[in-house]
Amino acid sequence: MLTFTIRRLVLAVPTLLFISLVIFLLLELAPGDPMAQVPLTVPPEVKEKMREALGLGQPMHIRFWKWIVQFFWIEPQVLIDHYLGTSFSAGDLRVISWQTRSPVMDIVIQRIPQTLWVVGTAYVVAILIALPIGIYSAYRQYSWFDQLGTFVSMVGFSVPPFFSGVLVIVIFSVQLGWFPSIYDTTHVVDSWDAFVYQLKQMIMPVMVLALQITAQLSRFMRASMLDNLNQDYVRTARAKGLSEYVVVMVHVLRNSMIPVVTVIALGIPSIFGGAIITEQVFKVNGIGQLLIGAIQANDLPMVQTLTFIFAVLIVLFNLIADVLYGILDPRIRYD
Amino acid sequence: MTELSNPQPAKPPRSQWLDVWDQFKSHRGALMGGALFLFIILAVYLGPFFWELEATQINIRHRNQGPSWEHPFGTDQLGRDMLARMMAGGATSVSVGLTAMLLALFLGSFIGVMAGFFKKLDGPLMRLTDLFLALPLLPLLLVMMLLFREPLNATFGPEQGIFILIVISIGVTSWMPTARIVRGDVLALKEREFVMAARSIGTTNSSLITRHILPNVLSPIMVSATLGIATAIITESSLSFLGLGFPPDFPTWGRLLFDATDYLQQHPERVFWPGMAISLTVLSVNYLGDGLRDALDPRIRGR
Repeated sequence: MLTFTIRRLVLAVPTLLFISLVIFLLLELAPGDPMAQVPLTVPPEVKEKMREALGLGQPMHIRFWKWIVQFFWIEPQVLIDHYLGTSFSAGDLRVISWQTRSPVMDIVIQRIPQTLWVVGTAYVVAILIALPIGIYSAYRQYSWFDQLGTFVSMVGFSVPPFFSGVLVIVIFSVQLGWFPSIYDTTHVVDSWDAFVYQLKQMIMPVMVLALQITAQLSRFMRASMLDNLNQDYVRTARAKGLSEYVVVMVHVLRNSMIPVVTVIALGIPSIFGGAIITEQVFKVNGIGQLLIGAIQANDLPMVQTLTFIFAVLIVLFNLIADVLYGILDPRIRYD
Repeated sequence: MTELSNPQPAKPPRSQWLDVWDQFKSHRGALMGGALFLFIILAVYLGPFFWELEATQINIRHRNQGPSWEHPFGTDQLGRDMLARMMAGGATSVSVGLTAMLLALFLGSFIGVMAGFFKKLDGPLMRLTDLFLALPLLPLLLVMMLLFREPLNATFGPEQGIFILIVISIGVTSWMPTARIVRGDVLALKEREFVMAARSIGTTNSSLITRHILPNVLSPIMVSATLGIATAIITESSLSFLGLGFPPDFPTWGRLLFDATDYLQQHPERVFWPGMAISLTVLSVNYLGDGLRDALDPRIRGR
C-alpha cells in the first residue's frame, strides 16, 4: 500500500508540471498585450521599462522556471513565515497581481474562507441529504420514492445553477422577501440575531449548490447499493437470521460506501472551482468571483495562479481518492 | 419417420433496431424526452419561418410589455419580441450543443478506439486522457474565451468567430469520458472470437475497426452523445451567463438569462423563459440518454 501511494505521488509530479506548462503556454501564446490598458501618452521607452518591471522581457523558458520557483519554493516559505514567525522569504520576489500590485497569494488567502464556508456547507448538507435518499431508493427500487428521487436528481442535473439561483432569488427574496439576495461577507457573527442573519443569507446559495451535488451523489449511492443488494453475502446474512436493519445498514452499506467515498473525495476540488457561477449569482466574493474579476481585468498572474491552484486540488484529491479506494477495498490494492 | 415440426419460423426475422425501438418505447420518460427534444429542435430551427417578428427588430414603443397575443412571451427593454429572441437564441444554443457534441464524440471515439486497439498507443493516450481530466475545465474555458476571442473575431467576424471558439473549446475539453468508455469496450471486443475470425481471413486493421469494432461500440457512443449535448448546452449558457460568451446583440439562452437578471425585480418572467428552455432541453436529453442506455443494452432488452 505504501509503495502504491509513493508511486502515485511520484506520478503526480509530472502531471502537475505538465498542467502548469499548459496553463503557462496558454497564457503565453495568446495574443493580447498587458500594456494595452496603459494610456497612449506614455512614451514607448517608459512602456518598455514597465514591461521589464512586469518580468516580460525575458525568454519564455526562463519565465516559466521563475514562475515555478515562485510558486513551489517561495510561496510555501511565505506560508511558513506567516505561521512560525520566521523570515525565510524576506526579500524574495513574489507573484504580484497586476490589478492590485499586491502578492496574489495574499488575496487568495483572504478569499478562501468565504468560498469554504458557503461551498463547504453546501457539500456537507448535500452528503447528508444524498446518502439516505440513495440508500432508501435502492432498498425500495421502483417504488414511488425511488421514482421521485430519480426525477428530482434528473432535475438537479438539468437545471443549471445560474437558473436555479436566479429562480430562488425571484421567489424568496423578491416575492416573499424572506432572505437577502446578496451574500454579505463582511457580516460578523457576534450575537444571536447576527447568527440568524448569517443563516438566512447562507440558505439560498447552499441550497442551490446542494441540489446539484445531491443529484449526483444520490444516484451514485443508489447504483452502488443496488450492485450490492443482490450479492450472495447479503443472502447469507439474511439466512443467518440477521435483522433487516443490520443487513442493509451494516453489511450492504459498508460495501456500497467504497465507491461513494471516492466520488465524494473526487468532488471536493469542485467545491473550489465549480462554484464560480453560484458565487457570481449570489455575489459571494470567494475564489470563483476573484477568478472572474481577474479574467475581466486581464490580470494574468492572478488567473495563472488560480487556475493552477484548482489543478493542484484536482490532482491531490484524485490521489486521495485512489489511496482511499485501496484502503477501503483490500481486493484492489496494487501490491 | 415422424414428420419434423415445421422448420420455418412463424414470424419474420426482426432487425436489431426494431428490438431497440421496442425497448425504447417501453421507457415512458425517454419517449417523452425524445418527443420534447424533437419539438424544441423543430421550434428553434423552423419557428422563425412561421413567426414574422425579427429577433433584432427594435420597437421602443412596445418595450417592457407582458405576455399578449401579439407578443406571447412579452418584449424586452428595447421592445424586441421575446418569442423571436428565444427562437434565435435557441438555434444558437442547440447548434453549439450539437456541433460541440459531434467534435467531442469524434475526438473521444478516435482516441478511445486507438488506445483500445493498438497496445502501443494505450499507455500514452490514456495518460493524455488523465491529464485532460485533471485540468480545471471551467476556469480554463474562461481563460480561453478571454485570450482567443479578439483574434478569432478579427478573422471570422464576431458571431462566426465566437461560435468556432466556443465549439472548439467545449469539444476539446469534454471528450475524455467517451474515450475512456470506448477504450474499455474495445479492449473487451478485441479478444472476442469474431474479431479473431475476421483477422484470420486477413482483414486489415482499418477495415477491422470500421467494420467490426465501431458498430459494436456504437451504443456507448450514442449514450455519451446525448449526455454530451446536455453538458455542451449548459457550458455554453454558463459562459454566456458569465459574460464571456456570445456578444450582447447576439441572443443565446444563456445571454438572454444574463440580460434578464438586470430586470429581475420588475420583470421576473423574462428570466423564467430562457432558464426554462435550457432546463427542459437538458432534462429531455438526459431522459433520452437514459432510455437509450437501457434500449441499447442487450442484457436489459426484452425484459
